[in-house]
Amino acid sequence: MSFLGWFLLTPLAAFLLLLLLPREQEKTIRVAALALSLAIFGLSLGLLAGEPRETDLAWIPELNIRYHVAVDGLSIWLILLTTLLTPISILISWKYIDRRVKEFHAFLLLLEFGVLGVFAAMDLFLFYVYWEVGLVPMYFLIGIWGHDRRIYAAVKFFLYTMAASVLMLASIIYVYQRAGTFDYPAILAMLASGKLTFTSLEQTLLFLAFFVAFAVKVPLFPLHTWLPDAHVEAPTAGSVMLASVLLKLGTYGILRFCLPMFPTAARENAGWIAVLAIVGIVYGALVAMVQPNVKKLVAYSSVSHLGFVILGIFSFNQQGFDGAVYQMLNHGVSTGALFMLVGYLYERRHSLEIQDYGGVSTPAPWLSTVFLITTLASIGLPTLNNFVGEFLVLQGAAQADFRWAVFAATGVILSACYMLWMYQRTFYGETPEKVTHQMTDLNGREWAAILPLLALMVWMGTAAETFLPRISAANRLILQQTTVNVPFNVQTPAPRPDVAAKEIADAR
Amino acid sequence: MPANLFPAPVEIFRFLPEIILALGGTLIMVLEALTGDRQPKNALGHVSLAALFAALVAAVAVHGSPGPAFSSMLLVDGFATFFRVVVIAVGILTVFSSYRYLSREGANTGEYYALVLFSVAGQGVMVTANELIMIFIGLEISSIATYVMAGLLRDDARANESALKYFLLGSFATAFLLYGIAFLYGATGTTNLTAIRETVLRADGPSPLLLGLAAALMLVGFGFKISSAPFQMWAPDVYQGAPTPVTAFMSAGPKAAAFAIFLRVFVTIFEPIGDRWEPIIWVFALASMTIGNFAALTQSNVKRMLAYSSIAHAGYVLVALCARSDIGTAAAMFYLAAYALMNVGAFAVVAYICGKGEKYVGIDDLAGLGSRRPAVAAALTIFLCSLIGVPLTGGFFGKFYIFKAALESKLIWLTVLGLLNSAVAAYYYLRMLVVMYMREPGEATENLEPLPAGLRTALFTSAAGVLLLGIFPSRILEFAVQSAKLFGR
Repeated sequence: MSFLGWFLLTPLAAFLLLLLLPREQEKTIRVAALALSLAIFGLSLGLLAGEPRETDLAWIPELNIRYHVAVDGLSIWLILLTTLLTPISILISWKYIDRRVKEFHAFLLLLEFGVLGVFAAMDLFLFYVYWEVGLVPMYFLIGIWGHDRRIYAAVKFFLYTMAASVLMLASIIYVYQRAGTFDYPAILAMLASGKLTFTSLEQTLLFLAFFVAFAVKVPLFPLHTWLPDAHVEAPTAGSVMLASVLLKLGTYGILRFCLPMFPTAARENAGWIAVLAIVGIVYGALVAMVQPNVKKLVAYSSVSHLGFVILGIFSFNQQGFDGAVYQMLNHGVSTGALFMLVGYLYERRHSLEIQDYGGVSTPAPWLSTVFLITTLASIGLPTLNNFVGEFLVLQGAAQADFRWAVFAATGVILSACYMLWMYQRTFYGETPEKVTHQMTDLNGREWAAILPLLALMVWMGTAAETFLPRISAANRLILQQTTVNVPFNVQTPAPRPDVAAKEIADAR
Repeated sequence: MPANLFPAPVEIFRFLPEIILALGGTLIMVLEALTGDRQPKNALGHVSLAALFAALVAAVAVHGSPGPAFSSMLLVDGFATFFRVVVIAVGILTVFSSYRYLSREGANTGEYYALVLFSVAGQGVMVTANELIMIFIGLEISSIATYVMAGLLRDDARANESALKYFLLGSFATAFLLYGIAFLYGATGTTNLTAIRETVLRADGPSPLLLGLAAALMLVGFGFKISSAPFQMWAPDVYQGAPTPVTAFMSAGPKAAAFAIFLRVFVTIFEPIGDRWEPIIWVFALASMTIGNFAALTQSNVKRMLAYSSIAHAGYVLVALCARSDIGTAAAMFYLAAYALMNVGAFAVVAYICGKGEKYVGIDDLAGLGSRRPAVAAALTIFLCSLIGVPLTGGFFGKFYIFKAALESKLIWLTVLGLLNSAVAAYYYLRMLVVMYMREPGEATENLEPLPAGLRTALFTSAAGVLLLGIFPSRILEFAVQSAKLFGR
């Protein structure tokens, strides 16, 4: 097993280790969880350099199910984002989570295990396993440590995702039936060489089954209704992980699986999906604008931002793809930071209603500054990260259909409206008595949690070339795989002999 | 068939697990009479455990010399060994989770442990039977012992209702089965499954009408025993009323054994008319899943909810039968093994919580279990995740394998509807998780006694088994696939 194979198991090991600690030793548990997650982050940096970044082992040989994991330009940054946000989530929960500390940290690490696996899985069965495994800890994170309506939100979150993904499971089995393997590169190779073909109807149905599972997770309008509930009710760390990482599972899945496996269906359906994405962009922004609850506002802004990602993907061109992936990372960084800052506000004032704030910048100037930078990043100010992603997406959309770009661009304007208006009402104006009392400025721990994200906002906004080349390379390959009616060759590892034999047997 | 009144030693050896169980049961009854009333009866439970473990070892050892026994009345093959191990394991887990329950109810008698052994012995005969009469005898041994177990608490009205209902409807169903057997004997002139199959496959074989009638009658009998819709009515009342460890036992052991003979009969002798019964099983499967899951949604009693869930799970296994392939048979075997573990485990938790007189069996009584008894809650979480079908548990892999078999047999609609059904099911299992972890402790969980050793063994063994089946299913799957091939086709 190569480094990657072991690396993906480290969060699980950390989870089990944490379970062994006595539950009364809360301090030890926090420190251990932080140290372990930082160590995992350190290890994940090794993925940037080390080769080979692939592990392929038999898991359940009877069914040809393999522990096949690999990392490429599409997944590497998402993996790093996940490993970075886990220790940050632990840091921001230091004071916020004060009961059942052990379970909280254990679930956070289990969540990391599931999410990392989704980003690396190269076997459809393995992918589904990781996909569902991430669901359980998130359910508990919302349901145990959330706010008042947490149970409703947790159950809704679980059922939406579960109901949508069972049909994906059926489709995965169907693909296996036809291809004789769950191994994703092998399936792609068979598609490329024409050994495996799906009829138009098959493609459409399979595409829809996969797409709906992913679209719920994204979430694409009109499947988004679980998201505001889950976000508002989740504890801060839960919201951060949900927004920054879990939503990306959906968009990642679309780009990784839906498009290359069912290119014709994907292109045929691109029209209405792009329209839904644009509706989501505008609708999310408009709903965000009227929210009295700051966390709900950020949640709806996620619906809007994720619309850009979907639009970029279904533009079917290099800029669109690159912008979509970059926007996935941007959203992870800036919305994650926003949720953290909202959490900071909540810890001080114990309210999420905007009307309970006002003039926060007087008692807490640094908090306000950091919040402002994050707000500006979120609305796409040049030199900060979101600008690059949104620009690329709009460019890609314009190439595909100019009208898409026009409508989507209104979302950028609207985002400036709702974010700045919220900022103004919260941080400027009269300072009520209570705010003066309760608002203290950032402490060392809070600085430590937010600084890496601030640095990333500037870095990703000014030096996109650190990230984009790897992303583009991976996207070029995917774009090539989705080229319809043009013979294309897919560069994938040569299938193993046993798979090849099965392929020949199944070739029709 | 040569009439040999003196079976060869190897034939007796092939019957060894059941011999051990029957002797063990008899021994316990004798010991019980000798020890008198005032003695604590845990020792008799230990004797039954010893017998069960010995039978388990024997069952595995017997697998080394497969073949027929007693003029082909019994057949020891991989299929039989698989189910033998499952039913004996269920027996062991049941005994482990019974000690405390029985002494709490003042019913810690030797006869209970003897009945467990007899019932398991009957199930052993069922799964090894290669002959209709043996099937019937095995079924009766198992059923009658279980009827008595259901009515163990003589002074409890619900338990009496449960036992009576189980007995009346069960006998009724057995009568149907016997009718079917009679028709089959009339049509083919033999009761040996292998011989019947040969007759059925001959060109001048029995008339399809007679065969179909026999199949239909037997289907009613089996349908009752596995609590498949439309013969599921009895299950909720019986499961709710019976003492919890008994419910655990009868929802797993007798059910698995009944499925074993169902599979053996339908996949061997009725396979030639498979096109006829497949649509019926299709409807049964879908109806069981749908009725079970939707009825479970509104239950407030854990035992009743698990009863409906067990109806739904019977539906999943019927999907595998509907596939009519070796993969389907293997999938059914794997699923039943996983199901036995997760169900016995879940009921063991109920047996722990319920308190004297089964006062706390509502779903709300689980409130706060997560903070009061985290280890028990974690085990129950594993069982529930497995019942939902969350990956890395045996329940998920079993379900996956069943629907894979179904898709291979082009049962696309059944697969889609079945999978959607399992999403519905997630809702009511989640309710238990919600109550357990997200509510403040209530009366039931405030004053829980420490987890007794026997229950602890049962709980953690089944939880480990569920995870093992989910993470490393290879060995058991391989065995199931091989055994399914040995048999029938």
